[in-house]
Amino acid sequence: MNADLFANEFFAILANPEFWVAVLRIATPLILGTLGVLLCERAGVLNLGIEGIMVAGAFTGWLAVHGGAPLWAGVLVAAVTGALLGLLHALLTVGLALSQHVSGLGITMLASALSYYGYRVSFPKVSTPPTITPFAEMDWLNVPILAQQSPLTLLALLLVPLIAYVLYRTPVGLALRMVGENPQAAEGQGVSVAALRSGAIVAGSALMGVAGSFLTLSAFNAFFFNMVNGRGWICIALVVFASWRPGKALAGALLFALFDALQLRLQQSGSAVLPYQLYLMLPYLLSIVALILVARQASYPQALMKPYRKGER
Amino acid sequence: MPAPVLKLSHITKRFGSLTANDDISLELYAGEVLALLGENGAGKSTLVSILFGHYTADAGHIEAFAKPLPAGDPKAALAAGIGMVHQHFTLADNLSVLDNVMMGSESLWQPFTRRGKARAKLLDVAKRFGLSVDANARVGTLSVGERQRVEILKALYRGARILILDEPTAVLTPQESEALFAVLSQMVAQGLSIIFISHKLGEVLRVSQRVAVLRAGELVAQARASETTQSQLAQWMVGRALNPAQRHPAQNVGEAVCVLDQVSTAPARERLNEASLTLHRGEIVAIAGVSGNGQGALAQLLCGTRPASAGTVTLMGRALPQKPAQLVALGVARIPEDRHEVGVIGDLPLWENAVAERLQSRTFSRFGWVRRRAAYAYAQRVIEAFDVRGAGADAPARSLSGGNMQKLILGRALVHPQRDATATPKLIVAHQPTWGLDIGAVDYVQRQLIAARDAGAAVLLISDDLDEVLTLGDRVAVIHDGQLTPARPALAWSREAIGLAMAGAGKAIGQAMAGAGAGIDENERASA
Repeated sequence: MNADLFANEFFAILANPEFWVAVLRIATPLILGTLGVLLCERAGVLNLGIEGIMVAGAFTGWLAVHGGAPLWAGVLVAAVTGALLGLLHALLTVGLALSQHVSGLGITMLASALSYYGYRVSFPKVSTPPTITPFAEMDWLNVPILAQQSPLTLLALLLVPLIAYVLYRTPVGLALRMVGENPQAAEGQGVSVAALRSGAIVAGSALMGVAGSFLTLSAFNAFFFNMVNGRGWICIALVVFASWRPGKALAGALLFALFDALQLRLQQSGSAVLPYQLYLMLPYLLSIVALILVARQASYPQALMKPYRKGER
Repeated sequence: MPAPVLKLSHITKRFGSLTANDDISLELYAGEVLALLGENGAGKSTLVSILFGHYTADAGHIEAFAKPLPAGDPKAALAAGIGMVHQHFTLADNLSVLDNVMMGSESLWQPFTRRGKARAKLLDVAKRFGLSVDANARVGTLSVGERQRVEILKALYRGARILILDEPTAVLTPQESEALFAVLSQMVAQGLSIIFISHKLGEVLRVSQRVAVLRAGELVAQARASETTQSQLAQWMVGRALNPAQRHPAQNVGEAVCVLDQVSTAPARERLNEASLTLHRGEIVAIAGVSGNGQGALAQLLCGTRPASAGTVTLMGRALPQKPAQLVALGVARIPEDRHEVGVIGDLPLWENAVAERLQSRTFSRFGWVRRRAAYAYAQRVIEAFDVRGAGADAPARSLSGGNMQKLILGRALVHPQRDATATPKLIVAHQPTWGLDIGAVDYVQRQLIAARDAGAAVLLISDDLDEVLTLGDRVAVIHDGQLTPARPALAWSREAIGLAMAGAGKAIGQAMAGAGAGIDENERASA
């Protein structure tokens, strides 16, 4: 392998604005999903339902648009789908105080299976997936790179400071963090732990649904199997990487997207003599390295994964 | 007589077959401290939990400031001016003092927090009651005493007129307790009312105007503090007369069993720093100190769960083995600080817990299989010898009360696995052995330690309870910031000197005592 040639190609990739457009596009569902996980976990609830909720959001949002609804209505449908699945998770983990792992995995399986089932029932005899017209680029926005993104990317970027503001600058955000740190303390100060946790799960799951809809309404124009492809699990890891902070969550999502965009291009580069599977591994490997470096000092919300039952000692 | 600020009428609460509160009626007046006295399990905590809305009473009702208080609603209790300081603080370690105090005080749907205003109010309240605290500090970085202040401030910030303190001195140094009492008297002077829960007779008489005594869920007596005595209170509390603990000095102190020479452990939240100590056959060496100053490191070092990073530890002339199983086999009996977390495995039955420390010994296992019959028989012997009351050897350990759990731990440490052998342990490491136990169980545990000492064991007693240290210890050392003062005869220490050493003035004290001729060097052990 010619090292010089490889280095040249490498820098050529980084210098190309198209590369950065791709980074932001790949990052969008991760930003939305990570913010969703962050909301749930800040309130003390692990939501492993994210993978399935993203599938369900991708499907229902796309189905609504395919049925004639406007694109933004499709996003709304995906959010409501996510919120409903979140409500189920809240019912199981907060209302009944069941294991958060089991409930989350159950919701992932249920939501994915229902989506694929719904897709098969709706389109029994198609060989190529039916398509819709996805979100257009934001030509009206006079910002390089961002102008080539869909409005959902802008939404994701705006949600980062918004959620940070809510968490750190509003009474409900403080109460939410308290519920995730010490629910007994919150209850003792007159705050309803059940209501806050349920609210956080529903809101977070709605974001996960929107994250899924980005895939069918913006990144691609169709729904197909395995299209979420583990992005939900990446979001779970990114929240740890981010130490449960929205700003760091954005940074983590961008970093992962950078690795992913890079490996896609390295696969295609002329000097690539390595098997493409090795490049596929790259973002995951680098994520693990980043996790090891960063997450060791991470301070978990103290009550994460601890069910709270009122009136129990 | 003025109208009461709080009136409890015929409160009854049952948990299954247990009646935790049986028809209790109590009144609280403005500007007084009412002490609620009782042993663990007498129903004190249940009663105040009902008062604060954590539990709902099965019968009875409560009036606060002449208005009925809705049952089972902490929010209503807060609004009625009732504040609660829990024994286990309800604070979020990762949040700041201000965050902890102001949480829940504003409408949740307000689009912003008024931090500036909240900070000013907090500082104002803190100043009024003499409770200084850094509003920006993360709660996790504060000392226990400071955390308690935050917990009190939380209630005062919400405008509490009635403050309930659940065993507030259990976690404090003598000096911190004094500071707390000063704060309480300021509150009372400003017209607040306080319910002070405790099982310590001395401090109850010191801080309160009236005392109400609970026993087994019933209100057995009420009295003015000025008109009663400690022994009267003890009799009401326990239901029988009690002889106060007496000193039983060691008679036969023998050769050195365990020697620590300039021992340090690796830096951690809690560590030992060049600590030296010698433990002899037939004596109890008691370690006093504010918890978190290295007691945990010292106990873990001698229990084989934490290595020394410098210095030497010898056990009967040989280097201390690093494996807990070897230590146990050599005759080290271990009574850990936290019986729920470390002492037993709550979900396993009693008999498995009884043999857990000696699972590898030939008595209890063969070819990798547990000898169930031998293990079971041993557990039965422990249960009988130490009067462990519960649902038998098959019940999960977590079903035991604190006292019975401690008896199980004590029993397995002291009962030899061979039926006929009478060998006592060489060394007993007892870390907070009586913490959270009722008077009867405390007495039992202390007698067992003394009996083991008289049978020839070297006992290291680490305790936060100064009375226990001075009553049981033949020699006493104070630990501060990982450093040990020389161990001196218990009678050579005054309470003031110990308090100062606990606060870190140990070196100065040591010199002063040596100067006065009262000090006895570590190596010139007193035979007194």
